[in-house]
Amino acid sequence: MLLIPCPYCGKRDEHEFTYAREGHIARPTNGEQLTDAEWAQYLFMRKNPKGVHYERWMHAKGCRRYFNVARDTVTHEIYAVYEMGQPAPVIERENGR
Amino acid sequence: MKQHYSIFTLARNAVSYHEKWTEAWRSPDPKPSYDVVIVGGGGHGLATAYYLAKEHGITNVAVIEKGWLGGGNTGRNTTIVRSNYLWDESAHLYEHALKLWEGLSQDLNYNVMFSQRGLLSTAHTVHDMQALRRRVYAIQLNGIDSEILTREQVAEYCPILDCSPTARYPVFGASLQRRGGVARHDAVAWGYARGADARGVDIIQNCEVTGFKIENGKITGLETTRGSIGAKKVGVVVAGHCGVLAGMAGFRLPIESHPLQAMVSEPIKPVLDCVVMSGQVHVYVSQSDKGELVFGAGIDSFNSYSQYGSPPVVENMLNALTELFPIFSRLRFLRQWGGIVDTCPDASPIIGKTPVENLFFNCGWGTGGFKATPGSGHVFAHTIATGEPHKLAAPFALERFTTGYLIDEHGAAGVAH
Amino acid sequence: MTQVNRLPHGGRVDSSKPLRFVFDGRPYEGYQGDTLASALLANGVVLVGRSFKYHRPRGILSAGAEEPNALIQLGQGNRSEPNLRATQIELYEGLVAESQNRWPSLTTDVGAVNSLFHRIFPSGFYYKTFMWPKTFWMKYEHFIRRMAGLGKCPTEPDPDRYDKLHAHADALIVGAGPAGLAAALAAGRAGARVILVDEQQEMGGSLLSDRQAVIDGVSAAQWVANALAELRAMPEVTLLPRTVAFGYYDHNLVSLMERVTDHLPPTSPEALNQPRQRLWRVRAKDVILATGAIERPMVYIDNDRPGCMLASAAQTYVNRYGAAPGKRAVIMTNNDTAYQVALDLVDAGVSVAAIVDARENAEGELVATARARGIEVLGNHAITRVGGKLAVREVEVRRLTGDGKSVSSDGRTITCDMVLSSGGWQPTVHLFSQARGKLKWNQDILAFVPDKLLPGQNNHSVGAARGAFALTDCLVDGFAAGTAAAHAAGHTEPAGSTPVAGAEPAHSPMREMWVMPSGKPLGHDGKHFVDYQNDVTAADVALAHREGYRSVEHLKRYTTMGMATDQGKTSNINALALMADLRGVAIPEVGTTTFRPPYTPVTIGAFAGIDKGDFLDPIRKTPLHSWHEQHGAPFETVGQWHRAWYYPKPGETMHDAVNREVKAVRTSVGIVDASTLGKIDIQGPDAAWFLNMVYTNAWSKLEPGRCRYGLMLGEDGMVMDDGVTSRIAENHFHMTTTTGGAARVMAWLEDWLQCEWTDKKVYLTSVTEQWAVIGISGPMSRKLLSEVAPDLPLDDQSFPHLSFRDGVVAGVKCRIFRITFTGEATYELNMAPSYAMHVWRALMQAGEKYGITPYGTEAMHVLRAEKGFIIVGQETDGTTTPQDLGMDWIVSKQKPDFLGKRSLQRSDTKRPDRKHLIGLLTEDPNEVLPEGAQIVAELKDKPPMEMIGHVTSSYYSPNCGRSIAMALVKNGRNRMGETLYMPYDGKVVKAKVTEPKFYDPEGARING
Repeated sequence: MLLIPCPYCGKRDEHEFTYAREGHIARPTNGEQLTDAEWAQYLFMRKNPKGVHYERWMHAKGCRRYFNVARDTVTHEIYAVYEMGQPAPVIERENGR
Repeated sequence: MKQHYSIFTLARNAVSYHEKWTEAWRSPDPKPSYDVVIVGGGGHGLATAYYLAKEHGITNVAVIEKGWLGGGNTGRNTTIVRSNYLWDESAHLYEHALKLWEGLSQDLNYNVMFSQRGLLSTAHTVHDMQALRRRVYAIQLNGIDSEILTREQVAEYCPILDCSPTARYPVFGASLQRRGGVARHDAVAWGYARGADARGVDIIQNCEVTGFKIENGKITGLETTRGSIGAKKVGVVVAGHCGVLAGMAGFRLPIESHPLQAMVSEPIKPVLDCVVMSGQVHVYVSQSDKGELVFGAGIDSFNSYSQYGSPPVVENMLNALTELFPIFSRLRFLRQWGGIVDTCPDASPIIGKTPVENLFFNCGWGTGGFKATPGSGHVFAHTIATGEPHKLAAPFALERFTTGYLIDEHGAAGVAH
Repeated sequence: MTQVNRLPHGGRVDSSKPLRFVFDGRPYEGYQGDTLASALLANGVVLVGRSFKYHRPRGILSAGAEEPNALIQLGQGNRSEPNLRATQIELYEGLVAESQNRWPSLTTDVGAVNSLFHRIFPSGFYYKTFMWPKTFWMKYEHFIRRMAGLGKCPTEPDPDRYDKLHAHADALIVGAGPAGLAAALAAGRAGARVILVDEQQEMGGSLLSDRQAVIDGVSAAQWVANALAELRAMPEVTLLPRTVAFGYYDHNLVSLMERVTDHLPPTSPEALNQPRQRLWRVRAKDVILATGAIERPMVYIDNDRPGCMLASAAQTYVNRYGAAPGKRAVIMTNNDTAYQVALDLVDAGVSVAAIVDARENAEGELVATARARGIEVLGNHAITRVGGKLAVREVEVRRLTGDGKSVSSDGRTITCDMVLSSGGWQPTVHLFSQARGKLKWNQDILAFVPDKLLPGQNNHSVGAARGAFALTDCLVDGFAAGTAAAHAAGHTEPAGSTPVAGAEPAHSPMREMWVMPSGKPLGHDGKHFVDYQNDVTAADVALAHREGYRSVEHLKRYTTMGMATDQGKTSNINALALMADLRGVAIPEVGTTTFRPPYTPVTIGAFAGIDKGDFLDPIRKTPLHSWHEQHGAPFETVGQWHRAWYYPKPGETMHDAVNREVKAVRTSVGIVDASTLGKIDIQGPDAAWFLNMVYTNAWSKLEPGRCRYGLMLGEDGMVMDDGVTSRIAENHFHMTTTTGGAARVMAWLEDWLQCEWTDKKVYLTSVTEQWAVIGISGPMSRKLLSEVAPDLPLDDQSFPHLSFRDGVVAGVKCRIFRITFTGEATYELNMAPSYAMHVWRALMQAGEKYGITPYGTEAMHVLRAEKGFIIVGQETDGTTTPQDLGMDWIVSKQKPDFLGKRSLQRSDTKRPDRKHLIGLLTEDPNEVLPEGAQIVAELKDKPPMEMIGHVTSSYYSPNCGRSIAMALVKNGRNRMGETLYMPYDGKVVKAKVTEPKFYDPEGARING
């Protein structure tokens, strides 16, 4: 069970949160101009990386705020949490991880 | 020629203290090139190689596996086999698989212990019951066996299931697929491996793909930890890692990888002779031939490539188990583990061509890949051999995410995706 | 004859407290402090179980959690429990235990016939046979299933309670042996919050079985007592004996299972007044793994005969329990630790016939001491035969030759009744490995030891758990780790000095020796067991190798090695080493298996805790629930809600009641509890903009005081929810959602506001439970309302359809919405929940003269279906667009954007021949189709036939005087008048396609 540092409430157990999928996927404002294939990229295609994943969580049983988390999908190590709207930090990982 | 397996050869080998059995498959070094390379030595990949050789006469084939055969989801699932799917496309695909299961032990001369002990899916609300009827009627009209049981019939069919009307989510009824059941998961990988090897397929373990060789949009080979391997065609069947391999080939998939956990109890004398699934109370369970109760539930919510899940998911699963089966409360669970499942937005797989010519993907089986193993391999082999999708595979093309023709099987998945 | 093998002196059992118990129907006596295993041994009982596959007679192998053989069915009736290890069952007065997997008795077991056929049942035999005839597998399987399994499942529900607890600690210390106690003392003295757990009833670990050790100048036992006394006095230290740390999860979460009452007679008041077991979730800043090590048995021929035991186990039985496992021992070893066992046995008056040492030159301090005590030491020897079936009678030993691969031809027979073996020690790295730490091989101790931690996990293995077996190492390690953990958590009070161990004998090197040759090829005569419980032999490992199952996982899965209830605690390393030898590679190259939770099996019921039955999932009830209950309504489950389904009068069937309710609404007035509707308060200057984005229709021009129906789509263009939203003020809206969709919609809206449209000023509050809702519907509803709300103008000009007013109803401030889900004039009264019952009763009273009729969800569904109103989740299933539903009218063509808009233009979603919502009228007006019935256009004699859609809703409509149904049908809007077929349950029903509107299609009744 992850221990997630909510930027507003502090460290809490994972079961207080709702996972809210990959972050930094901006909704196209020009949907009408996009092809079906381009729209599908936004709608369905995901990075799904093995390693650092920039994702959103919501503190559902707490402050109900959404925030971003940079987390390793293999080790589950959490590198950073940051507020919505902030850019994704670059995560430098040590060698051998 | 492989040694034949039977009670007679067993008895004959007993005389020589079983010292004359030979290896079930060879462990060759990779050749410089192959007609087809299958990436992924799980059930689906090995089945693909087997049917390429058996049905299409293509034997210059290698299956490359980064670890050990069957070490992914093939060896980590709860072994349920069924074809009770709602939409025609899925029903036909899974029924194709089920029919192959029915003769698989004999076809492979390897006992995969396919046990058609019946699969019960319980409904716990009025709405559940409506959804269940819709599915059963559809399955029946697709010519597949399925029936509706009343609460009383459920209680008779599976007496240890708590059917009391005072339960928090009382059983309203159930669907029953009598041809559904379980199989021995490892045996499926080993049986296909042995069968493919006998037909000339090279099975290469401990060989990880590190890159694809693509020229003018066409695949020409792979880079692996055991060197370069040329290939006219490549089929990728790597549950839990398809996104990583798609990335190497330069495209993205509508897939997210999640842990799916399962557990077994200590072995006990037989108490549960069918498979029971409940979407509402959220658990599925059967009892293995060894006596262990094997159970699982939904996926962990977040993306992960670790085969480790989260305790709250386990707690909910065990909760659900004792709710449906109050007599299991004092039993103990023995082992818990996780697999990585690749989930699609519509809970259906992706089978077919990719943006790279002669590179084929078969992925996104989510929580339900094991039951499809023979069918998946069979239609994927056809797709690779002919270069065109098998008619049962065609609706499952990657293209559907562009057109919007999704095959939404969240209901049939039986568990939350 | 009682306690024939109880030693006259020694042991920590309390001989002043005898306890009676029953094993396999025979009464015995033990002492307080005994385990079932020690009490059985004290009574001379060595045969305690049968193995899984061959039904071989088995005795007790170990004295702890690693026990593979002595599995017991404990207790009776609904408290019966299978597969418990006798070595971990604490004896209590009246304990009843039975052996397992035998019939009719332990000594005469019919299943042992399997061992006659053992030659044709090697590992994996079942993959090679039972394939003919094709249809017979189910018959073979039936037989196999009955042969398999171990103990029996109880047949009644569990009467006991279970508990759960969450805790935080600066240091969680697992294992209360010397290292764990030293760590706890250091951390506790420094002021840290410490939880110290140990799986045994008594803390002290190996020190409880140690008669030699001296710490800080006192005996080990005294030091343990002092340490525990000191720890008990520390307010921040929690001691949890009888507690197993069974799982190590992400971010330093460790799960514990505390056995609260298992050591008490199950029906004693003390047991009944407490939960039976308690599941702990401990989040610790640091976890100190002082888990010790597990001794490996040696793999010699027929090493499973009852009387074959781990050397350290015999030492424990003698020293700790005062119970001798036999009268005369032969000890087989490849290391020095067994020598101390021999000395302790001799001290206790148990004779040691010989120490058979595999080492070529067995020398050193302990060897010399043993020789000096008159114990015969046979260096470079192996056991080559074990005589006796139900108990060891004798062994044959021979000299090792050929680099330990063979033995001399001449042997010598030694009479004995037990064979104690030690093949070295494997640190208990289970938790470290569960935490995803990496292991490395240590050739000196021939064992895997902890290496690298996973980032994000913080633990320290100390003492034997990291392969440092000397007592002084354990104390130094533990004390240092405890100090460090306390410091890291900011606690720096002085912790005193490290406990000092007395002098310990130096140990000579081990001999790497994984299988003892017997003079014959493996498997030819007798069996070298590796995994006892699952009957996996060294020959089986060789077979797996021969057949290509060579990776450690293939080996395990093919032979079932390590898959038994002990999870291979005594067998994994031996098997791994045998495979490495066969493959000619180093042990680490074969790999080690992944250790999975739990460390030892844990009770399923404890995970449910109290969250079962009604507590499985909260039940949500409306403020009017008790009224519905009193009036006989059954309830329908909608999400977590219980909603009144219908209100049967005496003698009425559901059908009768629903017909009556439906008719009443159309002819007079009905009253419904609609409190479960999801409600969201939306405020802010961008609220109207927001609604324009989340609904398909336009909201900017809705005037304050007015209401509008809205349809919400997912980004994929599929209908996800619907409801009526009202404009309370310019920047203030009141949204309603479906009952089941409320939470989902709230999260959906919050998601867009917080993550995408962060610059918009919109504020959401869920107010579902802040408003109770009572609907009155029917031609008399206006009249009724006017009587209870005399000050409220109700004419169509003052209070038109699709508007709301605030007013006083029966003395209660209400917000009244004039909206309809029945097609009749309807008022939905919203009020504070605490007043709902008062308003409901006032309406019932005032409405009595109109025959006011409460109606439930079923009548509500019929009424809306008569009008062709959809229910999301019934007419839709996540694959349905507004156009599919014939609701294109609600999809704005002017708005530049809304959620789901673009997806509606994809090639498949804009197809004209998708499934359309239509009406169906059955040929027989009394035939009510089942919801979910599949529809075909071309009927065939038998399946398969092509389905073109399904029935989404279907009812008997008393107002239409016939059945009505709605369905989604391919190209349905172009099939009006067509006859379609519904084959189901062995019959075929015909129906004609119509518009999905069955009653008052013009909507004339809205104004009453």
